[in-house]
Amino acid sequence: MSDAPTHDADEFEPVDVFETTEMDLRPGADDCYKCSTCDTSCPVAEVDDEFPGPKFQGPEQWRLKRTEGHEIDDSITSCSNCMRCDDACPSSVPLSQMHNTARGEYVENQRFGREALSALADGNLREALDIVREGQDGLVERLRNRILANYHTSAWLASFMPSVANFVMNFGPARWAMAKTMGVTSEREFPEFADQTFREWWAARGGAQVSNPDKRIAYFHGCYSNFNTPEVGKAMVRVYEEFGYEVLVPPQKCSGTPMFANGMLGDARRHAETNVKNLAAAIENGAEIVASCTSCSMALGQEYPELFDLDGIEDVAAHTYEGVEYLRLHEDLEGALDETSVDGSEFAYHAPCHARNQGLDTQAVELFSDLDGVAIEDVGDSCSGISGTYGWKEEKYDYSMEIGEEMFEHMEHAAGETGMTECPTCAMQMEHGTGYEIRHPLELLEEALVTGS
Amino acid sequence: MAIEDDVCVIGGGLAGMTAALRAAREGARVRLLSHKKSTLRHASGLVDILGYADGELVADPFDALPSLPETHPYRRVGDDAVRAGLSLFDDVTGDAYRGTHTDANALVATHGGTVKPTARYPTRVAPGLASQDRKTLLVGFDSLTAFDAPLAADHLAAAGVPGATRGVTVAFPGDFRADSRVTRSARALDDDETVEIANGSMPVRRALVRAVESHLGDAERIGFPAVLGEEESQEVRNALESALGIDVFEVPMGPPSLLGLGLETLFQEALAEAGVRRTTGNPVVEFDADDGRIRSVSTDRNGRPTPFHADEFVLATGGLVGKGIDSDREGVVEPVFDCHVPHPDDRYEWFDDEAFGDHPFARFGVTVDDDLRPLDAAGGTEYDNLRAAGSVLGGADFAAEKSGSGISLATGHAAGRAAGAAANQ
Repeated sequence: MSDAPTHDADEFEPVDVFETTEMDLRPGADDCYKCSTCDTSCPVAEVDDEFPGPKFQGPEQWRLKRTEGHEIDDSITSCSNCMRCDDACPSSVPLSQMHNTARGEYVENQRFGREALSALADGNLREALDIVREGQDGLVERLRNRILANYHTSAWLASFMPSVANFVMNFGPARWAMAKTMGVTSEREFPEFADQTFREWWAARGGAQVSNPDKRIAYFHGCYSNFNTPEVGKAMVRVYEEFGYEVLVPPQKCSGTPMFANGMLGDARRHAETNVKNLAAAIENGAEIVASCTSCSMALGQEYPELFDLDGIEDVAAHTYEGVEYLRLHEDLEGALDETSVDGSEFAYHAPCHARNQGLDTQAVELFSDLDGVAIEDVGDSCSGISGTYGWKEEKYDYSMEIGEEMFEHMEHAAGETGMTECPTCAMQMEHGTGYEIRHPLELLEEALVTGS
Repeated sequence: MAIEDDVCVIGGGLAGMTAALRAAREGARVRLLSHKKSTLRHASGLVDILGYADGELVADPFDALPSLPETHPYRRVGDDAVRAGLSLFDDVTGDAYRGTHTDANALVATHGGTVKPTARYPTRVAPGLASQDRKTLLVGFDSLTAFDAPLAADHLAAAGVPGATRGVTVAFPGDFRADSRVTRSARALDDDETVEIANGSMPVRRALVRAVESHLGDAERIGFPAVLGEEESQEVRNALESALGIDVFEVPMGPPSLLGLGLETLFQEALAEAGVRRTTGNPVVEFDADDGRIRSVSTDRNGRPTPFHADEFVLATGGLVGKGIDSDREGVVEPVFDCHVPHPDDRYEWFDDEAFGDHPFARFGVTVDDDLRPLDAAGGTEYDNLRAAGSVLGGADFAAEKSGSGISLATGHAAGRAAGAAANQ
């Protein structure tokens, strides 16, 4: 007998043979058989010939960086995190998780950040200065990305003086300066800030109007419904109260979506800690979590457990729904819509990329097709092109519009002159490309079931 | 109150889409659940019925069907179902496909230089049939490593095709990435983009003609990998044909396959027109049953189930490759409903020692009655309202027989019709 340690066959895990890292994506990389289908469904690769596509960004880059001296390629910052590659992969390679992880590592490794600080801490002022000077271009971009990713902070500030903010944010010279110094495109109108945020409205009405320990949901409104489109949040509350639900509105921060897309995993994690703590408490309290933004529900339901290891995070993921989805599964929504009607409206509906992997891309059209007074048409399965912060970047704006071209055309061809989508930034892009007013499915539900008849 | 339909089809490949379409034509409200985008984009776009039986090339599949073993899916559904499935396919694909004029197999050259016996083939492929005695030039692109034209030509010559075949490799015109996607070159040709070439710039179609015309020689037809346009392929081929003065055809490619994508689009349009409701993105992992009937199936999203209720269900999740049949060291299973999958207890009897031998595993799958309802180990039906279609069915080695698409069409059609009719009762 040798002295080698013996393994109990039942306890032996082959993966233990390899040195483990904090996030071991090896099984995912091994599942890729390089069929390249992901590359053909990537909207960025479609228009940006410099972008090597999701297969490279995911499994190939993961393998490359196992080797000493290989750093994450700059091109990772061109991935817009639309997550369409996930839906395309026949082998369930966790592509978007790999992209998010790589992007986080890329940002973390930018020399002028962490290394300059550590050089300073070591008392090497000259080296710290060199690092910052060498990385100056990237520094501005990093700052810009950080500001875009932390939209909730700007919006929170703006909410104190919304009319001033609305003026300043779209004031020509200010926008010119932002484009020149920060690389935020001046082609787009900043979304308007509401005079009263959703949370202010919620507090002013005295919170929940229905109390029901048996039917309880916790509303994750996200930044946009709170600061920019509180009408979506109000519609959500009124529709759920109509069905007898007690609505909780737990304290919450940004879902993290724009932070993932910009590699700001540290920021995202801090926000996730607050969200998971409060949402897990709501679940304890008998509530299911419902979001009105499909990127928020995507973050809570998929990216959270993929990227962070927090108490209760799996539970939060397994209890998260989108606003219309939850009602559809738990109420006779079709029956309720059968008995009502709305004044003639025609919609051009666009399914957000983040609705797709959640299986929600056909839900609005299915549901509203039979509603009296409504005509709704799907404008096709292309990406809107804005992908959150992607289309706000000066260097990405043209690509963003090129990706969106197919959707704009289909919207123009559709009979409806009003757009509909669940995603706030898709809505921005739809409005920007066509001038249409854009509504959320929950607003139509409100009209049909609460205010209309 | 949950999502309710008359018929729920699980699986978005050719079998599932055919079943959904056929059930919808019975007047049923149909839902098609698929985990990912359709696997048709991985398919060559060729539709075979039966290319080989007992290792021998089959000239007319319909002549050969009666000689198949009793357990073969074709014998379960019968010749009429095979014809009905094919007729539904012809209806969906219209002008985009050829082969309806005969029962006999056509011989199509593949990107590996083999000859595939096939029942239906895209119009884009049609001028290239290997059975025709015409001098042929195959053109490969150096950036598209999956198609080595000189090698494919040598293989075809070795296979004894009647026409002399040469192969040449050229650079796809323009300054595209070395690892450029097939859809990129297709789009460039669709839009006839202006590209940079050695001395100046010109529209890409003209540049492609320039790149190949010196190689033509006495060729009577010229074949390119199937990347000649996505939306405007007919226009692209017409333009090349009139400039080159000979027939232009395309050679079916592996994934991501533009011919497969085109077929997927045709089926999607037919499904939309038939009012089939589609839900894609999450796998079906569980079900609820009582009284011998399936009541609902549930998809899973990170631990969260979403139930879908229906009167009738069709299982079309694919075979060992598509994960509709799964195996580990302990055994072989059908993972959604745990339908019985007959297989030897001894794992070493699952395969043959020869790599290209007659492997039992290739025939693993669920066994069904004449109504395509899966059977349990004792030979009784698993569930009254569950039918199976496509590669999840056992009894056929589709890779060796060249019968995958035909089985999907025939059994998808039969299962869809039966499920739709049962739901209407």
